Amino acid sequence: MRVELDLPKCVASGQCVMAAPDVFDQRDEDGVAILLQEQPDDELLDEVREAVAICPAAAIRLVEQ
Amino acid sequence: MRRIVVVGASAAGLAAAETLRREGYDGTLTLVGDEPHAPYDRPPLSKQILAGEWSTEQLPLRPYADLDALDLDLRLGLAATGLDVTDRTVRLADGSAVPYDGLIVATGVRPRRLPGEGAHVLRTMDDALALREKLTPGSRLVVVGAGFLGAEAAAVAWRLGCEVTLLEPAPVPLAHAVGTEVGRVLSRAHRDNGVKLRTGVTVTEVTHGGVRLADGEVVEADEVLVAVGSLPNTEWLADSGLAVGDGVVCDQYCEAAQGVYAAGDVARWHNPLFGVAMRIEHRTNAAEQGMAAARNLLTAREDRRPFAPVPYFWSDQYDMKIQAYGHLRGHDEVVLVDGDLAERRFVAAYRTGEKLVGVLSVGMPPKVVRGWRQAIAAGTAWDEAVPAGRPSAGTTKVA
Repeated sequence: MRVELDLPKCVASGQCVMAAPDVFDQRDEDGVAILLQEQPDDELLDEVREAVAICPAAAIRLVEQ
Repeated sequence: MRRIVVVGASAAGLAAAETLRREGYDGTLTLVGDEPHAPYDRPPLSKQILAGEWSTEQLPLRPYADLDALDLDLRLGLAATGLDVTDRTVRLADGSAVPYDGLIVATGVRPRRLPGEGAHVLRTMDDALALREKLTPGSRLVVVGAGFLGAEAAAVAWRLGCEVTLLEPAPVPLAHAVGTEVGRVLSRAHRDNGVKLRTGVTVTEVTHGGVRLADGEVVEADEVLVAVGSLPNTEWLADSGLAVGDGVVCDQYCEAAQGVYAAGDVARWHNPLFGVAMRIEHRTNAAEQGMAAARNLLTAREDRRPFAPVPYFWSDQYDMKIQAYGHLRGHDEVVLVDGDLAERRFVAAYRTGEKLVGVLSVGMPPKVVRGWRQAIAAGTAWDEAVPAGRPSAGTTKVA
């Protein structure tokens, strides 16, 4: 599975970092999300799905390879 | 459970529907929405859409393929008109009745309006496009209400070259939510940017060519935007037997009646983290509560989890990104804990009773703000969270 992050949509809420801290971080200067792992390990996928669901900008997608 | 109906096809309703599928529910899933559009996002309406930076193609919450994958019985452009909890059916505007085993109410809110005609409101995609069309350089816009929505719209209109007047009944905008001192700092941004902010003025009606104030004065405008809060969409539940009082009244599990849950702007539920009933019109709450309601609906009653979130919202105004965590309303004290108010780069902490209940930040690094969020989520005592001797950002005593 691959994570897609739509950066222009990101509102810097940090919800993804709280849901999946191994997969997302935020830029210090403006809080915009950073993707740490584009293809996260399987055991992280539930956290990523949570991040997809709670992202208030609908900026994250998890897609089948 | 073989038939679940979700009424409301915006952020909360969609989150509920997605969660039901993610948790393995494979029965019939009906999603009812009164707007004709597929689920779309609202926060950009008063920001990128109003500014003309985005097209409406960027608004859908999910690509069509993802919606398709949910295998929904999707009923768009159709309002729910009634609920019978005994027969377990939802009545729709076309006269049909949809039976359910489980129901999630996520019908949201609608804008409060003022007497008189011709004013804009800003809640739907169509509202935003109608207003956007009128915001031409040099046109005069009056915004009634300097809350977060009115402030964002004023900032965008100013950037588009409009002559903007912001009218607010309270002496200090947002004071009831964020405290007097913080409200003053935030509202100063309007004046610094050339938006005319008039406080302590009450608009009684929209007239041809402007608005009339309580003292009879007419403030002229080419366009008027009314942003004076919202009303929960609960009329369709009037004869249902559900408890309704400024929203659908729910317990800590977001349950309104057996098998009936509510989520999003319309839900008033008991948040055990703060020990109070609240109804929250924030984008993040819509998704979180939609998910929580869906999980509790599917779970055995004894395994359900209370919905105890730290509320979060953000607002973009001029060059400020405002973020807040927690339940700020009704706070007893506000203290500046980082940064500088005058520079509009700070963190303010809020106390209610003996607890840290919220923070509001402008322009601070995300890690700093997230640290405060954790402290609120943990129910940290005020004395522990906020060392004594910090400069106060003004104390607001609320009876």
